[in-house]
Amino acid sequence: MLSIKNLKASVEDKAILNGIDLEVGAGEVHAIMGPNGSGKSTLAGVLAGREGYDITDGSVTYRGMDLLDMDPEIRAREGVFLAFQYPVEIPGVTNMYLLKAAVNAVRKHRGEAELDAMDFLKLIKEKAALVEMKQEFLYRSVNEGFSGGEKKRNEILQMALLEPTLSILDETDSGLDIDALRVVAEGVNKLRSPDRAIVVVTHYQRLLDYIVPDRVHVLAGGRIIQSGGKELAQELEQKGYGWIEDQAAA
Amino acid sequence: MSQTERELAPLLKRDYKEGFVTEIDADTLPPGLDESVVRAISEKKHEPAWMLEWRLEAFRRWEAMTLPKWAHIHYPPIDFQAISYYSAPKQKKLLDSLDEVDPKLLETYEKLGIPIDEQKMLAGVKVAVDAVFDSVSVATTFKKTLRDAGVIFCPISEALQEFPDLVRQYLGSVVPSGDNYYAALNSAVFSDGSFVFVPKGVRCPMELSTYFRINEMNTGQFERTLIVAEDDSYVSYLEGCTAPMRDENQLHAAVVELVAMKGAEIKYSTVQNWYPGDEDGRGGIYNFVTKRGACRGQGAKISWTQVETGSAITWKYPSVILEGDDTVGEFYSVALTNNHQQADTGTKMVHVGKNSRSTIISKGISAGKGQNAYRGLVKVLKGADNARNYSQCDSLLMGDECGAHTFPYMEVKNPSATIEHEATTSRIGEDQLFYCRQRGLSEEDAVSMIVNGFCKEVFKELPMEFAVEAQKLLGISLEGAVG
Ligand SMILES: Nc1ncnc2c1ncn2[C@@H]1O[C@H](COP(=O)(O)OP(=O)(O)OP(=O)(O)O)[C@@H](O)[C@H]1O
Ligand SMILES: [Mg+2]
Repeated sequence: MLSIKNLKASVEDKAILNGIDLEVGAGEVHAIMGPNGSGKSTLAGVLAGREGYDITDGSVTYRGMDLLDMDPEIRAREGVFLAFQYPVEIPGVTNMYLLKAAVNAVRKHRGEAELDAMDFLKLIKEKAALVEMKQEFLYRSVNEGFSGGEKKRNEILQMALLEPTLSILDETDSGLDIDALRVVAEGVNKLRSPDRAIVVVTHYQRLLDYIVPDRVHVLAGGRIIQSGGKELAQELEQKGYGWIEDQAAA
Repeated sequence: MSQTERELAPLLKRDYKEGFVTEIDADTLPPGLDESVVRAISEKKHEPAWMLEWRLEAFRRWEAMTLPKWAHIHYPPIDFQAISYYSAPKQKKLLDSLDEVDPKLLETYEKLGIPIDEQKMLAGVKVAVDAVFDSVSVATTFKKTLRDAGVIFCPISEALQEFPDLVRQYLGSVVPSGDNYYAALNSAVFSDGSFVFVPKGVRCPMELSTYFRINEMNTGQFERTLIVAEDDSYVSYLEGCTAPMRDENQLHAAVVELVAMKGAEIKYSTVQNWYPGDEDGRGGIYNFVTKRGACRGQGAKISWTQVETGSAITWKYPSVILEGDDTVGEFYSVALTNNHQQADTGTKMVHVGKNSRSTIISKGISAGKGQNAYRGLVKVLKGADNARNYSQCDSLLMGDECGAHTFPYMEVKNPSATIEHEATTSRIGEDQLFYCRQRGLSEEDAVSMIVNGFCKEVFKELPMEFAVEAQKLLGISLEGAVG
């Protein structure tokens, strides 16, 4: 599904990703952990096509396509979804409007008929119920005045709606209360299927109790310095990152 | 150039779609302005003697005035002697119906997408169009339906012949002929425009609309619009403007006067997309307009809504004089400046009556090298107990070579007045764009969605049919998000 080879990226001549190798197969859930500033969001941003990065080396293949060669909106329409660590506010644009535009952009790309207002309303209500989001949020401006947790829940709503093939969740669990955490986890688990893949960036083992990952990777200094099964997350929870970083340096 | 700007540049480079010239025989006065020109215009229009006197007085005042200077607008001096003050398409006789209008004129309007075919119109939207082509109103549609309701809607030149007393009673009563440089010029040489009169208690059965179009080379367009709403009446009026693409600058100096009597409401909406000049700032319309409304009786209401995307220079302050008690004045504005465009717009709200209220919502969008200035004056006179004003000025910047300037002025002579002012400036964020694109929207759609979101409070004030057009004008395709 996703194959990252020796990916190097820098921002304003500052190297941030220093050769990432990562294979994510269809049906898999991978967790990426790592200290603050290690490059997790940068990796997510590069995969989604955020501007401002220089890709200095390496390649990314997504379902056989050269991902780095695609515009962000094409990646999105091809099923790449990024749940933002910091969701963006758009004053004056209702959530409903953005979501409808998004769904129809994807449908159009796939050669499907666009949903009309009625069909869309039905769909969005169903998905909002799924993530336990009150309908009033649909009619508010995108993320404007949403609490931190509400913004994250809104990301999951979008994910549920768009049913992406590759979902990248950047610290979607940070700042969530217990109920919201459960909602996020359920949202992700519902998406789990043999033809989809999910990458969750997180700092906490807690999320991984709900979303049990197939693989766990530790990103530090712009490199994946350790990979393992779900037990790696538990070990990190107990010991911190120091021991691996020492190992990697040695 | 920043990343965003480089990305936005091709999107902003929309060509001026209305840039075509209609080949038509025109009856045009040679360039230049003196008393004989004023007399000639009045004569061509078969005006009553008092009207000629009125014009001549305005002309004398204008001659004695000096060109005003404004801090935030820069332009080369205008040679008023190089302009022709009258241009009329040559027609053999007065027209009774659309069938007799030169098909080329109709074609022009069709190209512009302006509905002028009464038959087609009847099937669709209920809008009466009074089209001003250069200086003469070519056709006024729906005249009869309106007459049946008691509403007068016709070219002002016609009104001067058919209802001279009515025109005389109100003309210049809101904007006196010596009000300012351009108003004086307009008073002396205006060639046509619209006249609307809505009698007591009548709700005008349809939206009234005038499309202005400047065609002839080197003609200034000086329309004069007068709208009178008697007690407890209502009228909604839309003015839409286009002009062909030309190298040289064209001058436009209109005057619009609104009179709302007791309990009456006038809603005046403008969608203006005159040629803004090319990317290097060559050509384009100079738009110096005086628009003012008077709420003369208790509870009268006037609201100005404008979407300004065109002209090289726009200088315009639709104002409301809140004379009666409990009167309401509103100003909703979107002004877009791109490339070398300059806009200096704003409003004046003058509170005279008790409990008078005014609301100002101004949205400025600057892109390219565009400069956008908002200037608002809220004046509360001594007797205006409990007057209230709320002003909100928001600026959106696209790129980093453009500018936005906000100048709120207040003069408050009554301590019971409440005045609130809020201002924000924001930049279309790369973050916002990326967020939308990550959800599958094209960059173009994302920009338009964000800009529309920014303008929403103003768009929702426009009549439905025209809100759509306004969005298109901003280079936008947005489906059903307004409302
Ligand atoms: N636009 C930028 N300009 C300069 N430095 C940047 C930029 N973007 C990221 N960086 C730097 O790159 C490094 C990696 O940032 P990134 O956001 O990817 O970290 P992260 O692993 O997601 O951290 P966290 O766990 O705190 O979210 C940081 O040192 C950050 O300061
Ligand atoms: Mg991060």
